[in-house]
Amino acid sequence: MADTTLAYAQPDPHRLRGIAHAAVAHEGPAPKRIVTGFGFWIFLLSDIVMFSCFFATYAVLVDQTDGGPKGAELFDLRRVAIETVCLLLSSFTCGLANIAADVRNKLWFQLGMAATCVLGLAFLYLELTEFADLVARGAGPTRSAFLSAFFSLVGCHGLHVSAGILWLLTMMAQVVAKGFRADIERRIMCFALFWHALDIIWVAVFSVVYLLGSKP
Amino acid sequence: MFGKLNWSAIPIDQPIPMIASGLVALVILGVLAWVVLAGHLPYLWREWITSVDHKRIGVMYTLLATVMLLRGFVDALMMRSQQAIALQSQGYLPPEHYNQIFSAHGTIMIFFVAMPFVIGLMNLVVPLQLGVRDVAFPTLNSVGFWLTATGALLVNISLVVGEFARTGWLPYPPLSELTYSPGVGVDYYLWALQISGVGTLVAGINLVTTVLKLRTRGMTYLRMPMFCWTTLASNLLIVAAFPILTATLAMLILDRYFGFHFFTNEAGGNVMMFMNLIWAWGHPEVYILVLPAFGIFSEVVSTFSGKPLFGYRSMVLATMAICIISFMVWLHHFFTMGAGPTVNAIFGIASMIIAVPTGVKIYNWLFTMYGGRVRFDTPMLWALGFMVTFILGGLTGVLVAVPPADFLLHNSLFLVAHFHNVIIGGVLFGAFAGYTYWFPKAFGFRLHEGFGKAAFWCWLIGFYVAFMPLYAVGFLGMTRRMQHYDVPEWRPWLLIAGVGALIILAGIIFQIMQLTVSIRRREELRDRTGDPWDGRSLEWATASPPPVFNFAIPPDVSGEDAYWSLKARAKQQDLEKREPDYKDIEMPRNSPTGFVCAFFATIMGFALIWHIWWMVAAGAIGAFTTFVAFAWRDHDEYVIPAKEVARIDRANIEERRAMISLAGA
Repeated sequence: MADTTLAYAQPDPHRLRGIAHAAVAHEGPAPKRIVTGFGFWIFLLSDIVMFSCFFATYAVLVDQTDGGPKGAELFDLRRVAIETVCLLLSSFTCGLANIAADVRNKLWFQLGMAATCVLGLAFLYLELTEFADLVARGAGPTRSAFLSAFFSLVGCHGLHVSAGILWLLTMMAQVVAKGFRADIERRIMCFALFWHALDIIWVAVFSVVYLLGSKP
Repeated sequence: MFGKLNWSAIPIDQPIPMIASGLVALVILGVLAWVVLAGHLPYLWREWITSVDHKRIGVMYTLLATVMLLRGFVDALMMRSQQAIALQSQGYLPPEHYNQIFSAHGTIMIFFVAMPFVIGLMNLVVPLQLGVRDVAFPTLNSVGFWLTATGALLVNISLVVGEFARTGWLPYPPLSELTYSPGVGVDYYLWALQISGVGTLVAGINLVTTVLKLRTRGMTYLRMPMFCWTTLASNLLIVAAFPILTATLAMLILDRYFGFHFFTNEAGGNVMMFMNLIWAWGHPEVYILVLPAFGIFSEVVSTFSGKPLFGYRSMVLATMAICIISFMVWLHHFFTMGAGPTVNAIFGIASMIIAVPTGVKIYNWLFTMYGGRVRFDTPMLWALGFMVTFILGGLTGVLVAVPPADFLLHNSLFLVAHFHNVIIGGVLFGAFAGYTYWFPKAFGFRLHEGFGKAAFWCWLIGFYVAFMPLYAVGFLGMTRRMQHYDVPEWRPWLLIAGVGALIILAGIIFQIMQLTVSIRRREELRDRTGDPWDGRSLEWATASPPPVFNFAIPPDVSGEDAYWSLKARAKQQDLEKREPDYKDIEMPRNSPTGFVCAFFATIMGFALIWHIWWMVAAGAIGAFTTFVAFAWRDHDEYVIPAKEVARIDRANIEERRAMISLAGA
């Protein structure tokens, strides 16, 4: 990975092309990479606003168990810990794939993305078995408002991960078919941002739902 | 096979929707037949449907808004006539039909008239004002437009197949839950809004990125025209508020489709959570609509007064203040919830505070006119009508922001009068001002002044005749959404309101005539220079209609009112004669992605409404495939050679020189 070190040793590793200077005296439209990344950040912020609605409803409804089970009776922290490890590791491998893309190393890119995919699928598998387990125990989303909010919040994150995996596979296929074209590199950057954002949201889910919810 | 859909979904026994939809279907078929038979289809496909040009997309947004305005206005006429008749009688609209009409009226007017109108104008104008060649994401822009159109289409399909919501324009639970609204009406509402909401979010992201990252050389933030600032504020609100709408409607969908308990009466659901969530989106939404209108008025007032905008920086500050405070007032929509005097007082005060920056703006416009050479062209008339009307609406708004007063006026026709006062007087007048002001930029000829002025006066007078009585009848205790009533004292006011609606109808007829006459006489109304109003910002520095690349040479901005100072310098230096150095220009290629995607979204939305699950899957796969196919194409740009750029630009420069030397002589 000597190339990698080299890439990050450049004076302008993110190819900002003097954007700091532009803030003072405006030089004109920003380069495409900046525009795409910036737009995607705005999308991520809007997505986080959506998640915050689900967090807020969860906070409002967490005690509305309607005589049904509480979080402490349902959550299996061991499983959730494994899920968390999977997701955090997948962020790491996603970062590796991103660096490999920066130095245009196809092999490492594909390996990193494949590892991310496997870890993401493992996460989804654990989440789905948890959901199936809850439903089997009569604690499905229709049981109480608390469970509705729980399934929606965690499920919404799970849906995002599923969409992310679909996107990931598309990117792997694109790199095989087209190589590291400029527009494909921009998409890889956006995918990485998306995947890391899902991680951040999972940290919030883990803390707010599982850790706080496991208090007896 | 077809879920809940069967022949009983088509209301053959109800004459009004059948005749109405029959007429609409005839008109659509007629237009389609004409397009195909006259051979316009390839042109439409090439130049409009697949276009990713922000100007074309802006025009299509505006067209969608005006068509839907007609639909929404027909609903309004039906409501006014029903209430004029229905004293101690059933009138001519049965309750279940009347309820659908007021729900559709509100939904259509907000989501499919006001929103596409302002987004269309922003799309058309903002890249031109910033001096750039397109928005940040041209193809996504097209996707956003077509998804909005999908939503509008679904609402109109509900006229023929099934029914629309009977819950009002915001589907308050528990009425909107499956128990009390078992039909597909609420589902039509939900999916139409979810799909068009994605479109709106895409437009918002696109315009925020455009304003923040794509500005021509020298266009610093504090040199941007006011319309760009209000666009920025409005789209920041879209990005921050629309996800709340998406989440809230998703929860209602989960309740209705899978038996979740977010807003139900049983199992611990919380009804008031819906009100809080929906208004956390809904109040910013009001400012999403009105801020661009404020921007339009700023441009219009300064242009037609021949002066720079008074207090530009205070205007920027006021805009951004509104952008933030708009998120802190949502609870004033339900003071009667019973949150207690402290909470109500805080939200009441916040609601009054937000009137302050708006007041700053009014004074800025007045002082811009003061000492200026005011020209009373149609856009300026709309601006003047707005100032008077909006102050009135603002004042009644401050009145209902006082919690004790609101307990009396809540859900009365006083409230209905108030929000029509600000939305018609603010947003719609602004949209019409912008439409008249930028029409020559979009099409290369001006709109007929006489008909424009007639339309303005009909709208203004009609508005007052239609809505002032509603304030009065609200004070007399009439609540909103009444299909019939038993109080004879209300009758005269409702009759006057009906007359007002007819005067507005005359205004709309004048607008249609204005458009027809202007198209016929386009040669004499032609705008040859690209600067018909003696404008101040960069959109007037290029031809009308602008070439696809907007500017042959990206403009270099050195101060506020960029084009005005350019003109002044050109006059002083006795016209610059040097030929600019033209270069090749790369432009994004057209793409049917938006249209195809919307096609699948329509299928998916319809299938979700009627629980046709295989069709949902087909639509989803189709939409995903479309995106992958788009991602796979190899050439997404084409090059316009420098020679061609020079040829297009020279013609316009000649016209402009002639104008400036005439003005100088």
